[in-house]
Amino acid sequence: MDLPQVVQYCFAGVTVGSIYAIVAIGFNIIYNTTGIINFAQGEFLIVGAMLAISFNHFVPLPVAIFLAVVVTTIIGGLVEIVFIRQVRNASVLRLIVITIGISILMREAMLHIWDEKVRSLPYFTGTGVSTVTILGAHISPQVLWVLGVSAIIVMGLTPFFRFTLTGRAMRGCADDRMAARLCGINDRWMVTLSFMLSAGIGALAGCVISPVTQTQYDMGAPLAIKGFTVAILGGLGNSMAAVAAGLMLGLVEAFTMSQFDVAYKEAVSIVILLLILVFRPSGLFGKSEIAAMRAL
Amino acid sequence: MPDALLETKGLHRFFGGLHAVNDVSITVPRGTIKGVIGPNGAGKTTLFNLIAGTIQPHNGEVFFRDKKITALKPHAVASRGIARTFQTTKLFSHMTVLENVMMGRHSRTRCGFISGMLNLPCTWREDKQTTEIALSILKDLGLTEYASETACNLPFGRQRLVEFARALAMEPQLLLLDEPAAGLNIYETKELAKLILWIRDRGVTCLVVEHDMSLVMAICDDVVVLDQGRKITEGPPRTVQRNPEVIRIYLGDSDA
Amino acid sequence: MTHFRRYIPIIAVAVGVIILQVVLSGTRSTYYMTQLTMSAYYALVVIGLCLLMGYAGQVSLGHAGFFAIGGYTVAVLTTFNLIVYRDTPLISLCRSLGLVVQRQDIYGADILAFSPWPAFVVAILLTIVIAFMIGLPVIRLKGHYMAMATLGFGLIIYRIVLGGSIFGQADGTSNVPPFRIIDGLEVNGRTAFRIESYYIAWFVVLAAMTLAINLVHSRVGRALRSIHENEEAAHSLGVNTYRYKLLVFVVSAIFAAVGGILLTHYNGSIGPSEVTVMKSVRYLVIVAVGGMANLWGALFMGVLLNFLSLRGVFGSYDDAVFAIILIAIMLFSPQGLLRLPRFRKVTSLPGRANA
Repeated sequence: MDLPQVVQYCFAGVTVGSIYAIVAIGFNIIYNTTGIINFAQGEFLIVGAMLAISFNHFVPLPVAIFLAVVVTTIIGGLVEIVFIRQVRNASVLRLIVITIGISILMREAMLHIWDEKVRSLPYFTGTGVSTVTILGAHISPQVLWVLGVSAIIVMGLTPFFRFTLTGRAMRGCADDRMAARLCGINDRWMVTLSFMLSAGIGALAGCVISPVTQTQYDMGAPLAIKGFTVAILGGLGNSMAAVAAGLMLGLVEAFTMSQFDVAYKEAVSIVILLLILVFRPSGLFGKSEIAAMRAL
Repeated sequence: MPDALLETKGLHRFFGGLHAVNDVSITVPRGTIKGVIGPNGAGKTTLFNLIAGTIQPHNGEVFFRDKKITALKPHAVASRGIARTFQTTKLFSHMTVLENVMMGRHSRTRCGFISGMLNLPCTWREDKQTTEIALSILKDLGLTEYASETACNLPFGRQRLVEFARALAMEPQLLLLDEPAAGLNIYETKELAKLILWIRDRGVTCLVVEHDMSLVMAICDDVVVLDQGRKITEGPPRTVQRNPEVIRIYLGDSDA
Repeated sequence: MTHFRRYIPIIAVAVGVIILQVVLSGTRSTYYMTQLTMSAYYALVVIGLCLLMGYAGQVSLGHAGFFAIGGYTVAVLTTFNLIVYRDTPLISLCRSLGLVVQRQDIYGADILAFSPWPAFVVAILLTIVIAFMIGLPVIRLKGHYMAMATLGFGLIIYRIVLGGSIFGQADGTSNVPPFRIIDGLEVNGRTAFRIESYYIAWFVVLAAMTLAINLVHSRVGRALRSIHENEEAAHSLGVNTYRYKLLVFVVSAIFAAVGGILLTHYNGSIGPSEVTVMKSVRYLVIVAVGGMANLWGALFMGVLLNFLSLRGVFGSYDDAVFAIILIAIMLFSPQGLLRLPRFRKVTSLPGRANA
């Protein structure tokens, strides 16, 4: 492969990888605040994109995206309030099963509201054929949008969690919910907030990737699985590592596609998931002595 | 020592930077009751977990009946003949009392998946024997009336007894008791003392971690004192009780 | 004899099955038997999963994968035409042993393929091997991680059968011959065999239930329940928790595979739609609704829900219905529908398996 091709594949990998990273970050936010793995994470991306596509019929694109993100954020909050909050004796099994059920419900709802057609948002700048040339490779400007938006999300979240009161409160809940409550933190609200935040960034990611990958009602689950793989790869709860892991997975997928059959692209992420779970569930960047990962 | 049932040699265990167990060597002679006392955080339960196989030592060995058991997993340690009770009662809450005690027979019985699924006659004999032994232990401990009761419905003191019964059903040679008197009142503690002595008379050696001094005085032949992971002293209960070092670690320095 | 009291529900169900058949034949509505037969085979998966989830407390989101391993293996072995290798030493040997037979497919062409019994044996062995391979690392994992790992396993199987040309890709494999169990007894989907297939299916189900009930009442069953109740305590009593969980995993995989094998012979085909994540989720829903540790509940719900689904009662909302049921059960009655206080009297007869 010559340089422009390599650059092409790199951009392809990094683009899709940053979306995986955003999904992983969504997982991490909820996991960090509550310890729950939200299987419905992928659906937020698709809901956001679908909403934006519909809104776009009535309002200009930026407004449509904004509205979609807001609505999805609210949906995220509702999901938590209606379903998750009701669970009293939260055993791991129950929570897993509930979020699976939620993800299926959301998917079915999308099917019945929007049908099974493939749709997409229009390109943010330019059209489907406009290109930007970087290092000899022809890249769609949308790719730059994806990278830009992802970077903003990541860069926005880091100071949020580190420096703002709310962000710190959420981290407090993750560490010790009872202690957080005793400090006057409204832990229930933090949980809802974590769902809302995950839903919001998911929706944004879904919108920005829609012109590139198209959007279809059942794309949520595969995204969730890849996002989960990335989250585990980086170490569950570690969002900076998730970014690195996401980019890595994206690149691996892109270069796999360049050498082998497209069908194997899907297999790659699943195989990686299984390998990681079996050999190093604490992730590439996590400490290997995390006893909580393993049962007896 | 020739009649040492259990022996630990130089056990060390770290948790991160904390040296939870620091060069602890103890010997438990056969047929005796040995106490392990010390302030909170002294490493007593960690020592138990090291012996029982729940965690692995970073250094040192554990010998049972002169054979090394250091690296064994809990279920292997149990099948060697070491039973344990826990600080917080770990009964099988939704199983009946009888079933709980029958579970104690698990390491002494053998029928597996295939004979279980096919309901072969060898399972009938084994199950009958298991039930009989379990019932007789319940009778010895005065729990017969609770046999078909769901375990979580019993009052706390009775639940403790059921855990004892379950451990006894294993026919262990060594019984590790982790704070058996926790949560019991004076009357119940006296009954507990009688029970442990009775167990000892049946030939079961006991290693008891305990805070309740009255119990320790009443039943222990010998006491080991731990503080901050180290073995401070060892000896008959009365002697240890008077040891100024022991008094200091429990009550603090008089010139503080 | 106390040992056989546990079989009373089995006999009751057997009687019920016979009565049902007589009624359906009498009212000339034997077409219901097709769905009842299929539901019975799906119920095999559920019984195994109930043992795994309810008794051993492990979660599997990929059990449809084992169903597919069973079904696809027999499908491929019994339909792959070896006629070009007819005279090679290996195939000649197989022919003389009766493992490979020549027959005519529906188009009248000559086919040389494995006969159903050897295919059955191979499929079961393959299932056992794969279940061990997957189980060994995965059983060790906790909650979420095991769920995800089994999900990943299911997905891989799905991708393999969807992508592999030998499996027929999206169309699956068809023209699978009937399974002649012994002379005169066949698993065959054709109308003439409807009643026969119905009885075979239910016989297999009741046999599986017998094995499962026996297991639950046995020493091993007690140990499994103890693992579920308090793993640390069970471990300290000498229960090799890891080995038991692994063995239950393999046993449940075998149940699922048998369901897949027999259904494939019955339908004459199998396709990738049997291995989707939704299928695995359905099995999970059924076990959850029936009461995690309630074998009869799982069986009953399995047959009921599958029957309704196969008859199209849920329409295009099929998946949504299962999802809603799942969420509702998890929120309001995690012990399963049949354990709600109101229902307790009903289930105390065939009820939960207790010593």
